Amino acid sequence: MADLPTAPDGPVSAPASSAAERALVARLLAGDEAAFVELVGRHHAPLRRLARVFVSSDASAEELVQETWVAVLDGLRGFEARASLKTWIFRILVNRAKTRREREARTTPLSALAPDAGAGDDDSGPAVDPARFDERGRWTAPPQHGSPEQALLDGETRARLAEAVAALPERQRALVVLRDIDGLTAEEACNVLGLSESNQRVLLHRARSRLRAELEQWMKR
Amino acid sequence: MLTCREITELVTDYLEGNLGLADRLRFQLHLGMCRHCRAYLRQLRATIAAMKKLSQPAPDEAMPTDVQAELLKRFRNWKS
Ligand SMILES: [Zn+2]
Repeated sequence: MADLPTAPDGPVSAPASSAAERALVARLLAGDEAAFVELVGRHHAPLRRLARVFVSSDASAEELVQETWVAVLDGLRGFEARASLKTWIFRILVNRAKTRREREARTTPLSALAPDAGAGDDDSGPAVDPARFDERGRWTAPPQHGSPEQALLDGETRARLAEAVAALPERQRALVVLRDIDGLTAEEACNVLGLSESNQRVLLHRARSRLRAELEQWMKR
Repeated sequence: MLTCREITELVTDYLEGNLGLADRLRFQLHLGMCRHCRAYLRQLRATIAAMKKLSQPAPDEAMPTDVQAELLKRFRNWKS
């Protein structure tokens, strides 16, 4: 067995801001409307996608994002310019989603409560069904050898992929939305979701392995 | 020698650049000899590439104009 790489499991330091971000913050603080429009335009769709992970309807997601922008304005003057503006904004959304959930939990009968975040996440199992390997760890039921790229060109498959992402456990879904759909770095995603580096690796591995397994099913058709 | 099963567990660390030199070489050595694991890696890469394309927002994902106007109004209030 290969030595698995290890990383310290402590709190993740906040990603630093880029020069472009610092310039944008300066313009925002100077009251530049174009800078605000640019900021909203850049992050609105990714924020909405992340919001949709935590709430059950598109309308609630839109609401949550609007709340987030209002909170961004409230906090902007106190924003620590050395930190990343992007992860700061995304983190505000995650915190507001948590607050919202706690509020809903207080007013919802116990029987109607959604399972706790994290419960039933199934973050540990193997990437591939062990029955597909022999006792020496070699494939007995190997993956399809066709073209996965071809299968994924199909609009229907694309829709299926979106559905498969939506069906992932919450933390895995939030992570792949940030990492694979919206292109955040591992460090940024850890910071936004409050994950340790090693936890991030496990969740990403699990989520991507599941999505690949779905793709393999579609290739068989 | 890594087994196929180990490859499927190490593949994310491989793609993320988290493997040390020795493990990376062992990983690549296995891939060079095993077409099944190459097919596996190709599927995973294709999945990740397809995910990236999901970021293109559908038209209904654009911010409603009234919401944008409201936010801009708040920004004007905020700066004054
Ligand atoms: Zn193999």
